[in-house]
Amino acid sequence: MSWMKSLFVREYQLANRVGGGALIGVLFFLAVVTIFPFGVGPDMILLSRIGAAILWIGALLSTLLGLDRLFQADREDGSLELLVMSGRSLELVVLIKCAAHWAATGLPLVLATPVLSLFVGLDFQSIVLVTLTLLVGAPALTLVGAVGAGVTVSMRRGGVLLSILVIPLAIPILIFGVSAATAGAIDSNNFLVPFLFLCALTLFGLVVGPLAAAAALRVSGD
Amino acid sequence: MTLYDLANPTRFLKLVKAVLPWLIVATVAALAVGLYFAFFVAPEDYQQGQTVRIMFVHVPAAQLALMCYAMMALSSIGSLVWKHPLADVSAKASAPIGAAFTFLALFSGAVWGKPMWGTFWVWDARLTSFLVLLIMYLGIIALWKAIEDPIKAAKVNAIITLVGVINVIIIKFSVEWWNTLHQPPSIIRADGPAIHSSILIPLGLMALAFVLLFVTLHLMSMRNEIMRRRIRAMRMRAASVAPAASSSTVTKAAPAGAR
Repeated sequence: MSWMKSLFVREYQLANRVGGGALIGVLFFLAVVTIFPFGVGPDMILLSRIGAAILWIGALLSTLLGLDRLFQADREDGSLELLVMSGRSLELVVLIKCAAHWAATGLPLVLATPVLSLFVGLDFQSIVLVTLTLLVGAPALTLVGAVGAGVTVSMRRGGVLLSILVIPLAIPILIFGVSAATAGAIDSNNFLVPFLFLCALTLFGLVVGPLAAAAALRVSGD
Repeated sequence: MTLYDLANPTRFLKLVKAVLPWLIVATVAALAVGLYFAFFVAPEDYQQGQTVRIMFVHVPAAQLALMCYAMMALSSIGSLVWKHPLADVSAKASAPIGAAFTFLALFSGAVWGKPMWGTFWVWDARLTSFLVLLIMYLGIIALWKAIEDPIKAAKVNAIITLVGVINVIIIKFSVEWWNTLHQPPSIIRADGPAIHSSILIPLGLMALAFVLLFVTLHLMSMRNEIMRRRIRAMRMRAASVAPAASSSTVTKAAPAGAR
């Protein structure tokens, strides 16, 4: 148990201290949300209608941005090899790394969401719903992204390819996340179905993500 | 001859060499007959007129696009479970063919959609899932190109392909839930096909021709890939020998007493 805790703490601290840490992701999130009104115009009614989508896409892009370092930094300094050879379950190691990564980069995005919601003119109920769906759905983005990160770990500048590979995998999460957030604002009965699907996708990612990412890491290790 | 005998690339190449001419003849014949039926025998649609003939390319291409992915997924299982080089080659060969058929399905669909729906593109469920499929194919091709070591590339691609299989199913379902305009499946249904036989027969012929085309292209592409790997192996061997050869000429030039 203690090794899991110390691995989590190590990953969390590294993610927080290297390259600006949590703030840089939130800053990027802010930048993405800010450029939308310049593109679609400062129409508050339109913005509030597509606000949930803007926030979800912003969160998706911010998540993608940090993913390429998930395993790569460890590969470069050799600690990934040690983790692979440590005899611990690599799937569990990946899961812990994902959890720490999410705590360091994903959770700040969720916490920033209520503030950024104000820029796109969401009402109180919508703010709650978007934050809630992101809280449930953003871990799925990290877990699915871990597969892409594992697959591209041996590449220099694998970030673009990683995004191309991960975006198709993230589409269902985006669909159900945005649906839950927007449908819930109109009628709370429409909220439950997509929200439960979103929960299902997160649970699904919890299984498939670590399995596939660990398999990919084993391949690129030898 | 079992599947294990085919596992030997040399034997596989021999088989390809024997089968390929017949396959090419069969493909050309099936395409000729199919196209003849599609253009001259099949009736015009009373609503769609001549444009209905696009269907004879569109539907088989779409079917092939999915079949290629199935082929790639099966090969990926082969390369992950049995670590089989030929399965790697098969998976790699399927990807560009699948991408081409997916593009063809999207393109013919767009050309057909313009007169029928009044637009080249709508964000309809099936169109969207095919666009995503195309992106996945292109991503996989890019991943193949990005990793130099063929064995490592094969395994990594197998993983992402298999994750993609699950994803294709989820995408299909979720996108349908999201938005749909495309007509529902009309050939394979519980209560029999909803298409008249005068159209169904040419469609079946074209589907057969496309499957033959796929098998031909796949075998040719696999053969090319095996050749390409052999050339790569030869080059690497030559490169590892070359410095030794040049150093031996140096030693020859050196005084004879060196030995």
